[in-house]
Amino acid sequence: MPSINRSKTKTPMPSQDAKLRSKNFNEVALGYTEEDAINEAQRCLNCKKPSCMEGCPVQVQIPRFIKHIAEKNFESAISVIKETNSLPAVCGRVCPQEEQCEQKCVLAKRGDPVGIGRLERFAADWERQQGVKIPDKANPIGKKVAVIGSGPAGLTCAGDLAKLGYDVTVFEAFHEPGGVLIYGIPEFRLPKEIVKQEVDFLKKLGVKVQTDMVMGKVLTVDDIFEKGYEAVFIGTGAGLPKFMKIPGENYLGVYSANEFLTRINLMKAYKFPETDTPVKVGKKVAVVGGGNVAMDSARSALRMGAEEVYIVYRRSESEMPARKEEFEHAKEEGIIFKFLTNPTRIIGDEKGWVKGLECIQMELGEPDASGRRRPVPIKGSEFTLDMDTVVIAIGTGPNPLLIEATEGLKLNKYGYIETDEDGRTSKEGVWAGGDIVTGSATVILAMGAGKKAAQSIHEYLQGK
Amino acid sequence: MFQIIDKKDLAPSIKQFVVDAPLVAQKARPGQFIILRIKEGGERIPLTIADYDTQKGTITIVFQEVGKTTKELGTLKAGDYLADFVGPLGKAVEFSNHKKVLGIGGGLGVAPLYPKLKMLHENGAEVISIIGAKTADMLIMEEEIKAVSDKTYVCTDDGSKGRHGFVTVVLKELLEQGEKFDEIIIIGPPILMKIGTEIAKPYNIPIMVSLNPIMIDGTGMCGGCRVTVGGETKFVCVDGPAFDGSKVDFDELMKRLQTYTSEEKLALDKYHSERGACKCHQ
Repeated sequence: MPSINRSKTKTPMPSQDAKLRSKNFNEVALGYTEEDAINEAQRCLNCKKPSCMEGCPVQVQIPRFIKHIAEKNFESAISVIKETNSLPAVCGRVCPQEEQCEQKCVLAKRGDPVGIGRLERFAADWERQQGVKIPDKANPIGKKVAVIGSGPAGLTCAGDLAKLGYDVTVFEAFHEPGGVLIYGIPEFRLPKEIVKQEVDFLKKLGVKVQTDMVMGKVLTVDDIFEKGYEAVFIGTGAGLPKFMKIPGENYLGVYSANEFLTRINLMKAYKFPETDTPVKVGKKVAVVGGGNVAMDSARSALRMGAEEVYIVYRRSESEMPARKEEFEHAKEEGIIFKFLTNPTRIIGDEKGWVKGLECIQMELGEPDASGRRRPVPIKGSEFTLDMDTVVIAIGTGPNPLLIEATEGLKLNKYGYIETDEDGRTSKEGVWAGGDIVTGSATVILAMGAGKKAAQSIHEYLQGK
Repeated sequence: MFQIIDKKDLAPSIKQFVVDAPLVAQKARPGQFIILRIKEGGERIPLTIADYDTQKGTITIVFQEVGKTTKELGTLKAGDYLADFVGPLGKAVEFSNHKKVLGIGGGLGVAPLYPKLKMLHENGAEVISIIGAKTADMLIMEEEIKAVSDKTYVCTDDGSKGRHGFVTVVLKELLEQGEKFDEIIIIGPPILMKIGTEIAKPYNIPIMVSLNPIMIDGTGMCGGCRVTVGGETKFVCVDGPAFDGSKVDFDELMKRLQTYTSEEKLALDKYHSERGACKCHQ
């Protein structure tokens, strides 16, 4: 019987020193040692009715895997996780556990919850260090399923279907699979080698991955059916950057967060000129927005050599959608936060380069539809911040490329795909999930949608 | 991996590849483009499709060696492979029952002009073309353009072939003579498209231009290729590359093309020093 750890606080996570890390792209959080992990696992009460699991979109058997860690049986721990989660090393790093499993943990009532995310990460990293075991391939069913998009939704759906014996092909538009895990989330939060290994694991399960396939252009959904696929899952994400529609947004040095992060992450601009794609980061950078993408952009700008990096957000700290951990990390690294500040105009020089960001001071008014207090501009409070780079991270919309090329797909009023609870769309044999259905959300919600859709596709194809 | 089946030198520093890309060729239409990457770590560059063969499953691209990537591309030979070849991207052009069309191509712009004129010619339209280059030996695809045109004017900046002067001079003359067209297509460097549009605009003839901004993904995901068209922001990769020239803010496009001038020079210098090439031809 493992001993019990009655500490009210989580075993701390070792991390790179803030000053040091703000100059490199190496991972910030360093992960638990075996000792840390066992220590933390021993805090779990192993509840008979574990409420933590209600908070997990992919139903990881949380107390079971934690018990294995407490007993130093790491191999069993990871195999429990992998029963339901195809991307544990990713989830252990980027899931907002504080709003999900950990929020529901009984210990959270009187202290810190069990560090479920940290333990998941530990188990996944332990396995990677040992060398991932090649799983037994399922007996082939002899039915082909196509997955469009290789982000978290698509990879999860593909993995679950492959485990059931389907012949799954994932079509990815970029030259590398992983979607937002590759182009969006920075190396220092999610090393790309990990994404690569998770994709390799899926390949070992039999999943085929075809890159360079911009679906809707090179093949339509109907073409896919003609090629003998019996079901299609669309997980193309919400890849259409929103701009603020204020004057000056096309000045040189203004980026959408998507472009800024894609240059740095996917195209590895931080290694330029060793790699061929550059990114221009000035001395003073303003990132507009208050979500995780804004934090990622600001912290990336700092690592690219910016001297001062601002986050300009129109609401106050408490309304910020970013994870608390990301906000804390950004603050530690020296990011300057300008709350209740809304850009009104980008100012450029005669050659078209950004030189300033004109903003207006805001105050909080009555709550809006989202339940958050609505920011209202204070008349006459305009002021200008000198800037030479502006990154706009105010969200994304649905990318219409595939949608426009697919007949019979019902959309909602915002242009996202309409589905039922299981991800089934209005088009026969077509499912969808992730940001292309919900709008910008989290990795784990997309994975949950991919998982549900896989189950529903399985039921559909069994009856066929 | 995508194999280069054929390579041709069209002019000093301008090369043509025929690339084996059956899926892309299956769907390609005039006006669309591809994005390629030479190798791991390479940059993604957009190139307009100069021709395609659905039967053979090939795409023809034409490029000029100006920066590091295009120079490196130029060193590849028939039989070599490209790491990535993505497409067809962008909107295909459509012409509604055009009877008479004027096509203008300057420099490398002659290549993307060709498939449009070819389609118009096949649809029975009368095609008048004006093509030009700096010098006679920089002129490309003259025979191909002539084969799909009813009349072709050739111009060179230095007078070494055809008319002495810019293609826009001939454009001006034709319009002043009262020639009527259902559409004028102008493709070339932004400054050419800007001047051509300014000349043609008063005649109230639709003007089509094809834009070439900096791009990354080519799927509308990053917005790096944004241009202002008719006062609205458009993404060239998904809304274009063809636009109504009379509405395009060319000055903004030209400025935005300068974003990475110093980085482009750095990359090229590094490339040259690593290859040990002499610097006298730069």
